[in-house]
Amino acid sequence: MLWNAIFQVGIFFALVTLLSVPVGLYMSRVFSGQKTFLDPVLCPIERAIYRLCGIRPATEMAWSEYAIAMLLFSAAGMLLLYGMERLQGVLPFNPQGLAGIAPDLAFNTAASFTTNTNWQAYAGETTVSYLTQMAGLAFHNFVSAAAGIAVAVAVIRGFVRRSARTIGNFWFDLVRATLWVLLPLCIVFALVLVWQGVPQNFDPYVHARTLEGAEQIIPQGPIASQEIIKELGTNGGGFFNANSAHPYENPTPLTNLIEMIAIFVISAGLTHTFGAMAGDRRQGWALFAAMTLLFVAGAGVSIWAEQRGNPQFSAMGLNQHATASQSGGNMEGKEVRFGIVDTALFATVTTDASCGAVNGMHDSFTPLGGFVPLLNMQIGEIIFGGVGSGLYGMLVMAVLAVFVAGLMVGRTPEYLGKKIEAREMKLAMFYVLIFPAVILLGAMAAVCVKAGLAGISNPGPHGFSQIFYAYTSAAANNGSALAGLSANSVFYNYTLAFAMLFGRFMMKIPALALAGSLGAKKSIPPSAGTFPTNGAVFVALLVGVILIVAALTFFPADALGPIVEHLALYSGKLY
Amino acid sequence: MRSLFVAIRMTLVLTVLTGIIYPLAIAGAARLLFPWQSAGSLVMRGGRVAGSELIGQNFSAARYFHGRPSAAGDKGYDATSSSGSNLGPTNKVLIDTVRRRLRAVLETDPGSSPSRVPIDLVTASGSGLDPEISPAAAEMQVARVASARGLRQDVVERLVRENTRGRWLGVIGEPGVNVLMLNLALDDLAARN
Repeated sequence: MLWNAIFQVGIFFALVTLLSVPVGLYMSRVFSGQKTFLDPVLCPIERAIYRLCGIRPATEMAWSEYAIAMLLFSAAGMLLLYGMERLQGVLPFNPQGLAGIAPDLAFNTAASFTTNTNWQAYAGETTVSYLTQMAGLAFHNFVSAAAGIAVAVAVIRGFVRRSARTIGNFWFDLVRATLWVLLPLCIVFALVLVWQGVPQNFDPYVHARTLEGAEQIIPQGPIASQEIIKELGTNGGGFFNANSAHPYENPTPLTNLIEMIAIFVISAGLTHTFGAMAGDRRQGWALFAAMTLLFVAGAGVSIWAEQRGNPQFSAMGLNQHATASQSGGNMEGKEVRFGIVDTALFATVTTDASCGAVNGMHDSFTPLGGFVPLLNMQIGEIIFGGVGSGLYGMLVMAVLAVFVAGLMVGRTPEYLGKKIEAREMKLAMFYVLIFPAVILLGAMAAVCVKAGLAGISNPGPHGFSQIFYAYTSAAANNGSALAGLSANSVFYNYTLAFAMLFGRFMMKIPALALAGSLGAKKSIPPSAGTFPTNGAVFVALLVGVILIVAALTFFPADALGPIVEHLALYSGKLY
Repeated sequence: MRSLFVAIRMTLVLTVLTGIIYPLAIAGAARLLFPWQSAGSLVMRGGRVAGSELIGQNFSAARYFHGRPSAAGDKGYDATSSSGSNLGPTNKVLIDTVRRRLRAVLETDPGSSPSRVPIDLVTASGSGLDPEISPAAAEMQVARVASARGLRQDVVERLVRENTRGRWLGVIGEPGVNVLMLNLALDDLAARN
């Protein structure tokens, strides 16, 4: 069992590390406008898009113009999706004749996909037409991810440019992220998924007659094309209710491995993009190392807790030890082909990144196994993190870490040769504080009103965890859920929609402002007193700061949920 | 104001590219390269669809191998409402349900003890449509299926082995037995004899 876990995690992470380097260096070329091997195919498409939209890609933007373009684009996409959801009953590609979606659910879903969250208060197979799935939801899977990458690249430019007024052109970054990064990877891996069994068709649902003579209606659809962008863009919104646990979304151990790699590869690559653009690759590796430490710790705890199983099952005489012919452990809500290791690993990966796809039901995880996904989100989705948002989130934490180091030695902190001063610290602190404020206020409101408590499906401390997890997931733009929570109510649809919008845009804007402010500064050459940010000491400090911030803000609430539930479970208390 | 029009035009252009052209192109290529998989891995028997290799079905008769408990729909294995139970680890309902399933398994396949019942046979899957059980879960049903069909145990064991999928490259994932394909193989064998 131990070796099985070490092999599987080791192979997965070795592949992520190997792939992240070329992907990251490729992105640094793409966004600095250098030549790449895809230019002959993509440049004509790119020029056509600029012409159709009336864009001058060479015109650089100040951070505020960049932010406004990003906001306008997000607003336009959100409105289009809302309209499409409401009207899907009369639009094409709807062989099941599904009706228009109710206003509160349509608003929640539009906010959810625009913010790269993909929180789903609906079941795809009974709610959403094929047209809404692809032109509405999959479109956002692309562009919300592309917008995230764009902002990350703009933030990198802010950190590395000197005395500059601008941080790039949003439309240039958006189009390049879509055409050069997301689409090529999607086309290749969507077909690999189909080969393994993920359907891609526009057929009506199939009526099968089972061996025992019952009728089984099997939904179909353009699943593969949506499945792969859901992971590559760290979106996470499943075609089906069961998400990547569904055998049509994730049919084999190989597809599971591909999907996990897809979740990490762009975010991991962006650390190298950062290093390359900063002219010091070790700066990127330092961030990569900090992320790796946090990932390994989470995966270890989660796999250990799930393999240990549920002591209540042991009390019945069930044996939860793994053998060569069965996985053992807490298999409630998990699939045989993934077993314990691949499900706990997937849960760690999907919440390290802000993906939120699940291949097993987090609601049925053991208290400690389920604590890992919650904690990963509370850390702020920076363990590789969402595409783009993971990198700029980590850069904000790096600013905080050098500030703490500066306090300790009494020197003005510097990062990449830029002085970190009062304005930068205010923006960084705004970024750091808005996140727990949204989560804690939202969860507090929900446990104080009937409409909030009505959603709970598991009594006792687990019920609090369900609510707390929902607001954490929304603000972190993750989108995974303790899915027993009945979240399709007017109360949850609107409050969670605002948590998602705040969690996305009230963090993106200060990140861009920070980039603008740093980009305008002169660079000071390193001296004997400069704290190096590309070595092991910095990595340790960074991880320490990240953990301390998360623990200080969230520990009291965590104690009421997973921690007390763990103690209850092992003292035999049920609810 | 100009930015607003750019944003609207960009939204429409990228909707067409990523929301229409991309999925249609993948669908075309998929149909060409992998016609069976792209259409849902459907299994035909007697000229009609008997199910999908990837989607589990309800089995309760003694002559069939039984799949995992399912929380999809009221009766289980409802492919239009894929879902896990979402019962938490300290929920009384979960513990009582597992205890009841354990009793039922021990009644269906007597001669076993709780410690020999694989955990996947008494817990609901994540999708509610899990097409597989662990090799251990198939193993403990062999005697019952063989006697219900009047077959020798080694014949049934051979079919189990033929329908067992190992780890990918011997390392990735967990081994599993496809219940629908195994039961189809049993029915095909009966039809031949």
